Amino acid sequence: MTTPSEPPPAATFAMPLTVALLAGVLAVSVLLAIGLGAAAVPPGETLRYLWAAVTGGTITAGDVTAYQIIWQVRTPRVLLAVLVGAGLSVVGVAIQAMVRNALADPYVLGVSSGASAGAVLVGVTGALTALGVYAVSAGAFLGALLVSALVYLASREAGGLTPLRLVLTGVAMAFGFQAVMSLIVYFVPDGESTSTVLFWSMGGFGAATWGALPVVAAAVAVTVVVLRRLGRSLDVLALGDETSASLGVDTVRLRRGLFVLTSLATGAMVAVSGAIGFVGLVLPHLVRLWTGAAHVRVLTIAPLAGAIFMVWADLVARTLVAPRELPLGVITALVGVPVFVVLLRRRGYLLGGR
Amino acid sequence: MARLLLDGLSVSLGETAIVRELTLAVAERQVVGLIGPNGSGKTTALRCVYRALRPSGGAVRIDDRDLTRMPLRDSARLVAALTQEGRADLDFTVEEVVALGRAPHLRGNQPLSARERELCRRAMAQMEVLHLAGRGVLSLSGGERQRVLVARALVQEPQVLVLDEPTNHLDLHHQIRLLSMLKDAGPGVLVTLHDLNLAASACDRLAVLSHGRLVACGTPADVLTEELLRESFGVEASVVPHPLTGVPQVLYALGP
Repeated sequence: MTTPSEPPPAATFAMPLTVALLAGVLAVSVLLAIGLGAAAVPPGETLRYLWAAVTGGTITAGDVTAYQIIWQVRTPRVLLAVLVGAGLSVVGVAIQAMVRNALADPYVLGVSSGASAGAVLVGVTGALTALGVYAVSAGAFLGALLVSALVYLASREAGGLTPLRLVLTGVAMAFGFQAVMSLIVYFVPDGESTSTVLFWSMGGFGAATWGALPVVAAAVAVTVVVLRRLGRSLDVLALGDETSASLGVDTVRLRRGLFVLTSLATGAMVAVSGAIGFVGLVLPHLVRLWTGAAHVRVLTIAPLAGAIFMVWADLVARTLVAPRELPLGVITALVGVPVFVVLLRRRGYLLGGR
Repeated sequence: MARLLLDGLSVSLGETAIVRELTLAVAERQVVGLIGPNGSGKTTALRCVYRALRPSGGAVRIDDRDLTRMPLRDSARLVAALTQEGRADLDFTVEEVVALGRAPHLRGNQPLSARERELCRRAMAQMEVLHLAGRGVLSLSGGERQRVLVARALVQEPQVLVLDEPTNHLDLHHQIRLLSMLKDAGPGVLVTLHDLNLAASACDRLAVLSHGRLVACGTPADVLTEELLRESFGVEASVVPHPLTGVPQVLYALGP
């Protein structure tokens, strides 16, 4: 029974503490993940190298190899995992709100197949060579944007973007671009295009460089900030389009904005890491289970939780059968699928349907 | 002066006219019932008032301001609605859903003030859902959910309250409670109802729609006649005055 002077839900009060706690866990995870790998470096040493790199300090000649591994290889890789984990989680929340479907994830609108097709096409034709090492990523990004634009144009109608049309068009587009990709691989059957396809459909941070970070960091930061500011509007949107109009939320404009924002963010992430599955689907649900459905809270916790999850998933992917590396999508699926099934069976958690 | 005025409102979907030049006024503190058979355009007319639909002709005015030309946020401060929309997508708590009624009055994620929280609490108490405050809305029964949604509309503090079939899913106690509450709710109320006896008891005026056209409008005693029931609803029924209140009540006799 609620008493009249009942304060707002406890989650609101525990928020700063929870955020601080998760930020701490993330910092420790990052440090450990940078240290661990084929050549393990103790956390103290790791800190010393990072400190040296950031402050421009000096290290001894014997440390150079370890320093290179830490600073040139693992640090950008782990930071990319942080960014993409955070980004996929919040984009998942936004997409689920936009298409009003609990089973939607960042790739439901076909972005990943577009990115794969774009990457393979660039790899095979040698287009965009002016961009050097970023050519394939640029191809993937352009492919992702092309699919988004097509989905947008195909599902647009007088009343704006309707959720069901968006999902159906996205799924259809995904099939179309997968076919295009298969066709390219079929006609150019070299090993490289096949491995490019595998990389883009499973995802991974093996290609992480410092150079790729700023763009992704900017995309993810903008996305998190903007989505969080839209928190209450997203809540209203979940009550239905008619109700939204009566509560002063312009669903046509909101959906359009969400579409553009999530397309750009997903495109930027897919371009550097491929289509890492399940994070954008499962994390939003896990976080809601914890914080309740209100978007402000979900969008505060989701980026941190997603980042932590991704850092550990990547660590497992590169250490489990070292020196070989498992595709990251395999790990996220192996963790994600059982978690999702347990979640669905859990009493009291309703994914919006019963 | 009329608080809400549907001024020659027309809505066409493609070639089909759903609502034809509907003119209807709701004064302050007045409850106006919109009745009519299925497909007569009641819901469509209401959707224009709460801005889910843009009329193809005419205007919807509140105190002489045209709602249809206002930003949605501004009109949401004047008109609150209970729509026919079913469940929410996400499992918000009852308290959270009711608080969303303040959305048009708040900037972004700005938290509710103490006054607004008290407002929400009073609305929940009024709709007898206060004991459900911490419950998830997806686990509520249809009637409980309906009462939560009315509470949400009330905290919007509108000038005009639009209710589309508010008695759906409600048990008799809550039907009567809701409708008697409308009488002294403060804002003008425009409500669609299927139960003509409840409509006659709860509304100051009734407006009858048939094929999108207003065919009768006036006090329940003026409007609810055996002739109108036959012509607009296709029903043979007797209309008798209520033994206590005198409002017309419709009695049906099923055919042999």
